[in-house]
Amino acid sequence: MKLINSVWKYRGFIVGSVKRDFQFKYQNSLLGILWIILQPLSMILVYTLIFSQLMHAKFPGSTSSMTYSIYLCSGILAWGLFSEITTRSTNTFIDNANILKKITFPRICLPIIVLLNAGLNFFIIFGLFTIFLLVSGNFPGISYLAVIPLLIILASFAIGLGISFGVLNVFFRDFGQFFSIFLQLWFWLTPIVYLKSILPDWVQTWIAYNPMEPLISCFQQVIAGQVWPNWATLLYPLSIAVIACSIAAILFSRHIGDMMDEL
Amino acid sequence: MNSLIVSGLSKAYKQYASRWARLAEWVMPGRKVHHHLHWVLQDVSFTLKPGEAMGVVGINGAGKSTLLKMIAGTIQPTLGEIRVNGRLAALLELGMGFHPDFTGRENAMMAGQLLGHTSKEMRQVIPEILEFAEIGEYIDQPVRVYSSGMQMRLAFSVATAFRPDVLVVDEALSVGDAYFQHKSFERIRQYRALGTTLLIVSHDKAAIQSICDRAILINGGHLVHEGKPEDVMNYYNALLADKGRHEIEFNQASSGQTQVISGTGGASLERVRLLNSERQAVEVIGVGQAVELEVKVRINQDLPELVMGYLVKDRLGQDIFGTNTHHLNQTLYNLSKGEELTYTIKFPANLGVGSYSVAIALHSTGNHIANNYEWRELAVIFSVMNMQYPEFLGSSWLNPVLQITR
Repeated sequence: MKLINSVWKYRGFIVGSVKRDFQFKYQNSLLGILWIILQPLSMILVYTLIFSQLMHAKFPGSTSSMTYSIYLCSGILAWGLFSEITTRSTNTFIDNANILKKITFPRICLPIIVLLNAGLNFFIIFGLFTIFLLVSGNFPGISYLAVIPLLIILASFAIGLGISFGVLNVFFRDFGQFFSIFLQLWFWLTPIVYLKSILPDWVQTWIAYNPMEPLISCFQQVIAGQVWPNWATLLYPLSIAVIACSIAAILFSRHIGDMMDEL
Repeated sequence: MNSLIVSGLSKAYKQYASRWARLAEWVMPGRKVHHHLHWVLQDVSFTLKPGEAMGVVGINGAGKSTLLKMIAGTIQPTLGEIRVNGRLAALLELGMGFHPDFTGRENAMMAGQLLGHTSKEMRQVIPEILEFAEIGEYIDQPVRVYSSGMQMRLAFSVATAFRPDVLVVDEALSVGDAYFQHKSFERIRQYRALGTTLLIVSHDKAAIQSICDRAILINGGHLVHEGKPEDVMNYYNALLADKGRHEIEFNQASSGQTQVISGTGGASLERVRLLNSERQAVEVIGVGQAVELEVKVRINQDLPELVMGYLVKDRLGQDIFGTNTHHLNQTLYNLSKGEELTYTIKFPANLGVGSYSVAIALHSTGNHIANNYEWRELAVIFSVMNMQYPEFLGSSWLNPVLQITR
């Protein structure tokens, strides 16, 4: 409660920082905000060009030629949010050492800023994607609302993981290095670019332990498959998210004091 | 009601033999401790009332900044407690963590928000901040193009935009020019009159003595002296002198090249003091005050002759005045081992306001090139303040007698 209170008191700083980060990223560029879209767009184009022929046949009953692109988009955008939150919170304490050392403020503001910033970027691009779905006649309808609980689970998992790594990274810089490599592997260990069904059976059983798999798969079901997600499969990522957040809370509260000595 | 209570404050850093030791401590079962504590501050206690100002002095690395950081809340104390009644604003080091790529205006907004002000409040005071900081058109330039003085001015203006109940300042003010120092001390004085408690770290004797009611001396992580600023400053200077001696000894041992004949230690300085007319040691004197330089010398071996020279330098090390006993026709001859003697040089301190040091040399004959028994820089450090004369510039008081004919 006290935490929420103090964070509320510093809302000016949080909102201001999100605004400044956003502006800063784009104000010195010619194309400005366009870069938010261009970056994932290029990725999607590359994958579509390379994989669509390979994957097309694998979509049972697919009528639209865009099905693979939409499948890809839903996965990549969701993964993009996850990777932005985790990567940036892993480094947020180190990057902000300068102000941490000089000014007292609730330290938890920093990951909150990361979360809001990533959320903002996501909403811009996901909003455009939604418009695209509406215009191209691929909008899933009411089941689109399932995106909201999915995002909540994804974001809590990401921030829990991000804060844990962020705290560890202050003491052992290896965690930051490790995580950036691990994230790349993780991306390919999650069926985003490819379909789960193309994997051999033994890999599929192992991949079930990846908490991102059911999450991303639900996004794909909702947006590309246009059906309600299989809620039961979310139980596993949800519990992992709760565990990640608890570990984050323990690490954060226990080591925040020593953290300032290390920065 | 006290505005700041510090009790039993201690800080230790955990030191691990290696990164792996820390990891082991974190993950290994059992509560085995793999670190040892390195204490940088131990058992510091004091209490400040509203409107009180306290200076913190001490040599570099004594633990002053650690103390202030704990009070400001950026690092956590290992032991002890800090109670602050009201809002605390701190100026630690330079620049309040300004982001180099954001403009001064953006940084001022952000710093204000970091101090817990809302955006609305900040928008209201921004014009005032800009006016006080006198950054001019630079305000919409990125902070990376600012001079350190400009950054400091902006930081000070933001930190003091709203009157805090406790203001903590860590040497930040020494960066500004004299004009801004004056202006910021004026603001601090105003706030004090309204009840703001001030805690300031400074090496500037005049600042401490003019603004503080009390001072504490931190040495080696302990609070070693507390009292009136003058007393504490004197105590501090004694410490400094002690430190200076070690350095000199080191110099002599290592730089044999330039002082080939020196190091004989044929005579040594026992004590060098600046005394007032009541023969009390002083660190701060007034312009024109009659003072005495007392130099105690011990003769360590039989010497055919001895000349003592002294040189007063300003804080930039420029020569202000120097002479020796040879020029004053008082060279001593045939000194025997074990003898002790005291030179007393009386002179009026017709010096400008500022900080000065005295270098002392013991040698034979009129110039240094001959036997150099001991030579010590910074044998005495003192400040000159103008207490009774009209204001003037420069390093000397050239007693003006004004006459106007019209």
